Amino acid sequence: MPMYDVIVIGAGPAGLSAAAKASELGLSVAVVDEQTTPGGQIYRNLERSQPGITKRLGASYLKGQPIISRARSSAADFYLTSTVWDLSSDLNVTLLQAGKTRQLQGRQIIAATGAMERASPVPGWTLPGMMTAGAAQIALKSAGSIPSGKVVIAGCGPLLLLVACQLLDAGATISAVVETAPAENLKAALPHLPQALGAPAYLARGLGFLANLRLSGVPWYKQAESLSVEGADRVRAVTFSADGRDTRIDADTVLLHHGVVPNTQLSRLLRIDHDWSETQLAWHPRVDQWGATSLAGFRIAGDGAAISGAIAAEASGELAALGAAHDLGRLTGTELEAQARKPLRKLSAERRIRPFLDALYRPPASVLLPDNDTVVCRCEEVTAGQIRAMVPLGCRGPSQTKFFSRCGMGPCQGRMCGLTVTMLLADALGARAGEVGAFRVRAPLKPVPLEAIASLASDAGLHS
Amino acid sequence: MFRALDGGGAKQSIDVDGRRVQVRAGIPLAIALLEAGVIPFRKTPVSGEPRAPVCLMGVCFECRVAVDGRSGVQACMIEVADGMSVRISSGDALAGDDADV
Repeated sequence: MPMYDVIVIGAGPAGLSAAAKASELGLSVAVVDEQTTPGGQIYRNLERSQPGITKRLGASYLKGQPIISRARSSAADFYLTSTVWDLSSDLNVTLLQAGKTRQLQGRQIIAATGAMERASPVPGWTLPGMMTAGAAQIALKSAGSIPSGKVVIAGCGPLLLLVACQLLDAGATISAVVETAPAENLKAALPHLPQALGAPAYLARGLGFLANLRLSGVPWYKQAESLSVEGADRVRAVTFSADGRDTRIDADTVLLHHGVVPNTQLSRLLRIDHDWSETQLAWHPRVDQWGATSLAGFRIAGDGAAISGAIAAEASGELAALGAAHDLGRLTGTELEAQARKPLRKLSAERRIRPFLDALYRPPASVLLPDNDTVVCRCEEVTAGQIRAMVPLGCRGPSQTKFFSRCGMGPCQGRMCGLTVTMLLADALGARAGEVGAFRVRAPLKPVPLEAIASLASDAGLHS
Repeated sequence: MFRALDGGGAKQSIDVDGRRVQVRAGIPLAIALLEAGVIPFRKTPVSGEPRAPVCLMGVCFECRVAVDGRSGVQACMIEVADGMSVRISSGDALAGDDADV
C-alpha cells in the first residue's frame, strides 16, 4: 500500500496550497480529488477552459492559475477522478478510481473538502429545473453552458449576485433576481461594516455586481417573502411577495442560493469535535490555527473548516502543511512560527469581511425552518411537518429521525437535509443546534459498487 | 434546458434510452444531457416524482442515471465518452440500486 507523509483530500485552493507547501518542505504528498482536473469548484476546469469562457469568468477565476501550476509542478502525486469513500482514524484512505478500490496510508491527512451550497427548502424546490446558483456557474466553468430558457435567480448571498452578472454577460435570459434577505439583516450587518472596510477589494467587487445588475435593467426584487417554485412535472414559475404585492414570474430554470456551508462529511465520519456556528448557521469542525482537529494527524484546511473564501483557503492550506511538517519533525518550532507569519496575516485580512457578509446575507427564517408541507429530505421525501411531528414521539436528534422515517438515509446521505433537520429539531425542542447534533455519517461516503470492494480483497492478496 | 455558448468543437455520439444523441466531447454527462433536453433524469422510488440535477458537484444525487449497464451513476461526476449508453428510465430502479452498498 502506498505510504505518504501527507495525503491531501480535495484539490481546491486549500488542498493545492497544502500539497504544494508540504511538497516544497520535502514531504511525500498525495492529492486526491473527484474531478478530472485540479481546482475545486472555485477554479473548476481552469486548466482546460476555453479562453472565451475564462475571460467571462473574470479575474477571480484566473487567480487560480498560479496555485494550480505550483501544485502541478511539485513532486506531489495526483490521484484525480478518485472518490474517497472511507477514511479510518489511523489515517488510511480508501478511494474508488476507475471502478477499483485503492488504499493509501498517510502519516498526516489534510482534508480540504471545501464548501457546498446550503439547501433552499421552499415549496416546489424538488421540481426538475430547480438548480442552485452554484450549479449554473459550474455549467459555465466546466462546459461553457448556460440555461437556455427564462431564468429566475432567487435567494441571498454574494454568489447569487455574481452568478446573475455572469449569466447576464453570457447572454442568458434572466427574468428576475429575487433577493430573500430580510430587512433586519442590514441593521445587523452595519456594526460589522467598519471592520469590512479593511477588505476594500471585496467591497468594491460587490458594489460592482450591484451596479452591473442595476444597469442591466433586470427586474430586481428585495426582501421577498413566501418564495415558492411552481410547476407540475417541471418548473414553470416562481411566486413570492415583495413590496406588499404577490408576484408570479414565468421561469424554465430557477436558480436558488442561500449561501455556502462547510462540507463536513469527512470530519463527521471521523467523529471529531464540531461546533455550531450561530453566525454561519452551520457546523464548524473544531480546528486550531494549523488545522489540527481532535484526531491526531487529521487536519482540515479551507472552507471545510469555516467559510472564508478562496484566498483565505490558500493561506489555511499552507498553515496546515506547516503544522503537518512540524508534527513530522521537518520544521523546528522557530521555523514554524517564522513561516506561518505571512499566511496568518493573509488569513486574518481575508476574514475581516466575513462577519459583515454573514449578517447581511443571513437566510430568512422561512428557508431555515420550512413550512410543514415542504419536503426537507429530498431522497426519501420527508417533510418538515413529519420531522416536527417526531419530537412529541420522543425524537431528540437527527440520527433518530432515520428510525421514524428514513430521513437522511437516501443516496445523498443527509448532505442536502442535514442542517435543516438539525435546525428544525432544535426549534421544536427549544434547544440549541449544538445540543441537538448532526446525522451520524458512515462509510461508504458515496455509493460504491460491490465489485469495487471485492477488487480490494484480491489486490491485498488473500494469502498474505 | 441548457445551451452551449460555443457549439463548435469535437462531437461525440451517445445513446440515451435508444436514441442517438450528438454531444460535445469532454463535458460532464449531466450537462450534455441538459443540453440535449433530457428532463427529468430520474423518478423517486418513494412517490415517482420526476427529478433533475440540482448541484452539478456530486452533493445532491439527483442526476443519477444508468451508464453502460451500471445504475446509480452521478452524471455530473463523469464525462461523456463516445458510444456511451445512458438509461434514464431505469436510473433509479430499486433493483439496480441494490447493486450498490
